[in-house]
Amino acid sequence: MEKKATRVAYGEALVKLGEANDKVVVLDADLSNATMTNAFKKAYPERFFDCGIAEADMVDMAAGMSTMGLIPFCSTFAVFAGRSYDQIRNGVCYPHFNVKFGFSHAGITLGEDGGSHQAIEDLALMRVLPGMTVLVPSDANETYQCVEAAAKIDGPVYIRTCRLPTPVYDPRPFTVGKGNVIKDGSDLVIFTCGVMLEHTLNAVEELAKKGINAALVCFHTIKPFDDELAIQYAVKCKKVFTVEEHSVIGGLGDAVAPLLIGKGVETFKKIGINDEFGQSGKPADLLVEYGLTGPQIAETICSSL
Amino acid sequence: MDLQTLQSKARAVRRDIITMTSKAGAGHPGGSLSCTDALVALYFEIMKGVDPKNDKDPNRDRFVLSKGHAAPALYGTLCEKGYFGPEEFDHFRQLHGILQGHPDIKKCPGVDASTGSLGQGISIAVGMALGAKHTGNKCHVYTVIGDGESQEGLVWEASMAAAHYKLDNLTVILDHNGMQIDGTNDEVMSLGDIKAKAVAFGYDVIEVADGNDMQQVLDALRVPACPGKPRYILLNTLKGKGVSFMEGQVGWHGKAPNAEQAAQALKELEG
Repeated sequence: MEKKATRVAYGEALVKLGEANDKVVVLDADLSNATMTNAFKKAYPERFFDCGIAEADMVDMAAGMSTMGLIPFCSTFAVFAGRSYDQIRNGVCYPHFNVKFGFSHAGITLGEDGGSHQAIEDLALMRVLPGMTVLVPSDANETYQCVEAAAKIDGPVYIRTCRLPTPVYDPRPFTVGKGNVIKDGSDLVIFTCGVMLEHTLNAVEELAKKGINAALVCFHTIKPFDDELAIQYAVKCKKVFTVEEHSVIGGLGDAVAPLLIGKGVETFKKIGINDEFGQSGKPADLLVEYGLTGPQIAETICSSL
Repeated sequence: MDLQTLQSKARAVRRDIITMTSKAGAGHPGGSLSCTDALVALYFEIMKGVDPKNDKDPNRDRFVLSKGHAAPALYGTLCEKGYFGPEEFDHFRQLHGILQGHPDIKKCPGVDASTGSLGQGISIAVGMALGAKHTGNKCHVYTVIGDGESQEGLVWEASMAAAHYKLDNLTVILDHNGMQIDGTNDEVMSLGDIKAKAVAFGYDVIEVADGNDMQQVLDALRVPACPGKPRYILLNTLKGKGVSFMEGQVGWHGKAPNAEQAAQALKELEG
């Protein structure tokens, strides 16, 4: 199966978007060869603005540029969502300016750079901002869809991408705020997002070997969340698991949790990073270390049944 | 507009500052009074296309009050300019009011950026100036920053970008009253040679000996832009300017006058 990192797809999507819309400008903070905005820089040098290693300034510059009718895409590592948070909050979200954030290298699959650079809290930070749309593409095709959709939204949008090449699946229907049923099932349901799609698909296979018919639903939009679809599957399956490459606090799991109250759910478990920081290592080894491979997810689920 | 009329407008704005902070029982009169002359000069003489009847004109000059806590000075200026009536002062800092504690672009007509988190306004202004250049918009962007605010690293990140992108359509105005909430700049965190720092960061710098002298402020603002360089106007101002008991007093940074004090201040600001 073809593999491609969502950050690479983000860079490609920006070039395509830039061709169609001359209001699109891209800002980066000296990481264009990592966030993959270098492709846009090459294609449209006059619309690419390097802000130097100054993420906070990049965000407010984008805010100012948006007031001139431009559609700025800010690009840096997801871990710097924290560093530029006041600017994202007060400079962009408070006035509801039309600024997009394509933040890459999220999660532990960043790998060797280690815990200082592995954002496990960015979704939590973004979810609580009024008016912010939060997108987590699970593969390259969904990344293209997210970037295209972000440009059409009048307001702030956060797109979380990753460094590690991951499988590219056939394109699925895409509407902001709507989840996709990847596989129907009746014994339990797994809700996931982002690059954990690959591993939850493996987990579903492992469970099938044990005679467990699991449903799998993938959410490219964490906010606004598809409450309806989540509730529908929670009510149907009664056993609910969330899997994300993010802290179990504040991310997908916590978008789902409040929906389950009074819905007759028997089992609920959030699978992700358990309130700890990451560390250096190969992405594959880190996934094992934090229990996020398919077999491990299946095992965790079985032990909770 | 002649000098006397501008000076009279500045007195009117200062009365507005006293009126609204007194009614609200809160706000920042000291740093509002120190930058009043600059705001009046900008809105009544310098900025082009600023018109309450066409407040979204894309070609208008932009203003960002980076030291957003001086909102009363901006609100007074916008009111005198005709963006809204003085009845709004009754709702300054009140529930559902358009005059929020700090300027809010979504609520108050005439406001070009929501500010209050220090350091951000200048960075937004840099983005505006860069965006204007990119889109061929001939507007000029003005921002007023504080000296205490200049302790924020973001001020210098933004300054570096302004010089890097050769933003000669940007004017940064420093309201240098020498004081902040906890004391004088030197007591809290020395700015050092702020003028030399601005020069070193690539600004074309003009220092104004008395930033509360309307003529001196106008003269500085009228100096033609230096091609390829952002402008930095260092205004030496007096905190609490115009109200005898507030002048040069740190204590009036974020404290509102009571009714009796307001009456005295308004009397001093007559005419």
